[in-house]
Amino acid sequence: MSDRLSIVVVEKDRERALLIVDSLRAAGDHEIIVISEQTGLARRISERNPDVVLVDVTSPSRDMLEELTLASSPMERPVAMFVDRSDDSLTRTAIEAGVSAYVVDGLAPGRIKPVLDAAITRFQMFQRMRAELAATKRALEERKIIDRAKGLLMKARGLDEDAAYALLRKTAMDQGKKVAEVAEALVTAAGLLS
Amino acid sequence: MSVVRLTLGYIPLVDAAPLIVAREIGFAEQEGLSLDLRPSPSWSTLRDLVALGQIEAAHMLAPVPVAMALGLGGMATRLDALCVLSANGNAVGVSLPLAERMRAAGHPFDFADAESAGRALIAAAGDRLRIGVPFPFSMHAELLYYWLGALGLEAPQALDVHTVPPPLMAEALAAGDIDAFCVGAPWGAAAVDDGVAELLLPTTSIWRFAPEKVLAVRHDWAEANPDLAARMIRTMWRAGRWLADRDNHVTASELLARPEYLNLNAELLERSLTGVQTISPRGEIRRTDGFLLFHAGAGGFPWRSQASWIAARLAARTGLDRAAADRAARQVFRTDLYRAALAGTSADLPGASEKLEGALHVPTEVASQTGTLILPPDGFFDGRVFDPSAD
Repeated sequence: MSDRLSIVVVEKDRERALLIVDSLRAAGDHEIIVISEQTGLARRISERNPDVVLVDVTSPSRDMLEELTLASSPMERPVAMFVDRSDDSLTRTAIEAGVSAYVVDGLAPGRIKPVLDAAITRFQMFQRMRAELAATKRALEERKIIDRAKGLLMKARGLDEDAAYALLRKTAMDQGKKVAEVAEALVTAAGLLS
Repeated sequence: MSVVRLTLGYIPLVDAAPLIVAREIGFAEQEGLSLDLRPSPSWSTLRDLVALGQIEAAHMLAPVPVAMALGLGGMATRLDALCVLSANGNAVGVSLPLAERMRAAGHPFDFADAESAGRALIAAAGDRLRIGVPFPFSMHAELLYYWLGALGLEAPQALDVHTVPPPLMAEALAAGDIDAFCVGAPWGAAAVDDGVAELLLPTTSIWRFAPEKVLAVRHDWAEANPDLAARMIRTMWRAGRWLADRDNHVTASELLARPEYLNLNAELLERSLTGVQTISPRGEIRRTDGFLLFHAGAGGFPWRSQASWIAARLAARTGLDRAAADRAARQVFRTDLYRAALAGTSADLPGASEKLEGALHVPTEVASQTGTLILPPDGFFDGRVFDPSAD
């Protein structure tokens, strides 16, 4: 039996799909097919007859794959979610990273592991990117609101920029809050009063 | 009592209400629980999160723990159902072209009579009927197979039941990928509002008292934390009783409508709670008694016979040994934990842990721990009775 596996990746986003394919290529010489279409997903996958299906756990379409666990004809190969019975930490790590693998009956865990490891690493990277993006966005929004609060204080109290910021920071420290929270309260209050 | 923080997963549906109400109205707090509610993108992911111990409990389709006990589906960990969270609540809807053919043939869309609705559907469907359901292991799927099978439409020869995530159901129907669907509230009403479907039948008309969602936990967790399991059962019992009170429907729909929960129009949600539905884009209204029940009869009592019924249907459909399936399934509905949790409260519990399913056609008094308890009708549309002790 050759080591070549047939892998289907279910992913709507083209760029993400390409990154996943790259990672899997690095893990071995496998046949990789990307399916981005959601309609008739289970049928599309069973037509390809893959050994492994990888899917994002946050995708609502994942439920469509559960049908594959019930082989409806003798020609079809039933699949199960990959669970390493000797050690479920791999499965847990995969779910935490945001990827789940469905594997045909009888495939040895040792053959799946390198593929799953590669997918996990890639999905962890997606998660980190998503977290970083959210953090950057939040920081930008906070900066904007602090700038507006500074402007309000400069106008109302005749302060310069540094003094306005110092006042915000002191208030935040006194109240045990973040500068952005105090700024936001000020902007909201000013909006109500104007 | 120390406050214990528990994470519960749910799918944003009207019948997730007991979890949301437990948190928002304070029933969890009363039991010293602080609930962290986490929405899940799919049933399979929700199931995996409980099975792998990432969350303590989940709002779950009643057939899922049974299917897992039978070794069906992606994940084989044993989950237990602590209580039934709700009964009924799903609706069958058809595409506009199909509805038009059925109307032309004289079907009145009474949204009540399962036999005439089923015959009209079969007659109008042609040689193949494709129906979308949310999950392969769901009451949606089981009730469709039961209903259409009893009327002579056999799966898989003439009936295709496929999984379509509920938020995509209206789209799949409009695109012609499916001819009909069976979904939980509020997705049926939403498809009508989108102008792509007419509602044909509430599943209440197929089985008057079908266990729909359960509170599922890992078996190991229930064994290791009997006190927490009991506190959760009492919490859900009180939340269900609150939800069953008509006076609370407006409040409940406003809570559910919040952006952090269902993020949908409160009026749409209220229709499911009250059972008054708009069934067609033309605005026809139908009222259904028992459309969605949170606390009827014995409240959320997890009848073993309900698990048996589900197991018998799943076993027949997948070719498993019926007796073995039945033995595995009835252990999953934890009547023992339910009884222990509610002993000493005002909850009245039935004397038996199983019953003939489908034998009650009117509200009926049965023996209970304190005397008698009135159980709601639980008949099947075709009058058959399921005896869990028969082979």
